[in-house]
Amino acid sequence: MNPVTKRPLDASKGAEQSEETFSLAALRQGDAAEFARLVDAYSGMIYRLASRMLQNPQDAEDVLQETFIKAYKALPAFDGRSKLSTWLYRIATNEALMLLRKKTLPTVSVNAPLEDADPEGFELEIVDWCCLPESELMSEEARRYLDESIEALPETLKSVFVLRDLEGLSVRQTAEVLGISEGAVKTRLHRARLALREMLTAYFKERLPASGL
Amino acid sequence: MSKKTISPPPSCRHLLDTLSDYLDGELSAELCRELERHLSDCEDCRVVVDTLRKTIELYRETVAEPQLPPDVRLRLFHRLDLEEYLE
Ligand SMILES: [Zn+2]
Repeated sequence: MNPVTKRPLDASKGAEQSEETFSLAALRQGDAAEFARLVDAYSGMIYRLASRMLQNPQDAEDVLQETFIKAYKALPAFDGRSKLSTWLYRIATNEALMLLRKKTLPTVSVNAPLEDADPEGFELEIVDWCCLPESELMSEEARRYLDESIEALPETLKSVFVLRDLEGLSVRQTAEVLGISEGAVKTRLHRARLALREMLTAYFKERLPASGL
Repeated sequence: MSKKTISPPPSCRHLLDTLSDYLDGELSAELCRELERHLSDCEDCRVVVDTLRKTIELYRETVAEPQLPPDVRLRLFHRLDLEEYLE
């Protein structure tokens, strides 16, 4: 059994975006050179986000292009109250969610899955797979399964998980990007993690050595 | 080792709600103590904490970091009429 430690998980990995300095005045006036600098500074970040949300290179590229087209049009009205990166994340996340909705069957209601599920009925699978060797936990196949599991999350949970745990945004930034409260971010993040834990448990329990109980 | 599916009893459920805050180091000292006391005699919750922590770690450590491919950047600059800044 693993010891319980208090060590908080490191959430800062992806949050290194150095807020480069841009001339907001130039950007608002449509200065192409300044906009090109902005595109180069943030296109990697936006492409990564879109890839993680959509799991498909063509869709990620579409979201990347649409994000900067929309940003260019919206810049004259950008008030500078949020950071440029947060503002771009918001545009990109909305684009990605729109694309996801277009691809989802119309019968699937946006807020039905998990989001409002009654927590009274929920079940947890209790299998300790932490002891598996790294070769098993980090195999190519396991990585693919991890990606597929993100894809299986309802979009409200997926966007929070990708922004907070994969992109490394703070709870506050995530709330700002999605236009929801910090409380809602925390609730959705927790549900997303529990849902992923269930999926990973289903996968890794099959890889445990067949020992007696 | 236990292998089973449980519907957590209320005593566990209310602590399970705090696990993400706990793992993020954002749980109040008082709730932390309560949770750790519970974990010391509830094997099921201990497994949930350990596997939840491992789940988050695996995602942070192993999930692909897609890099912007050069041809994608090229097409982006074309689409935005920014070819002259491609350098
Ligand atoms: Zn318990």
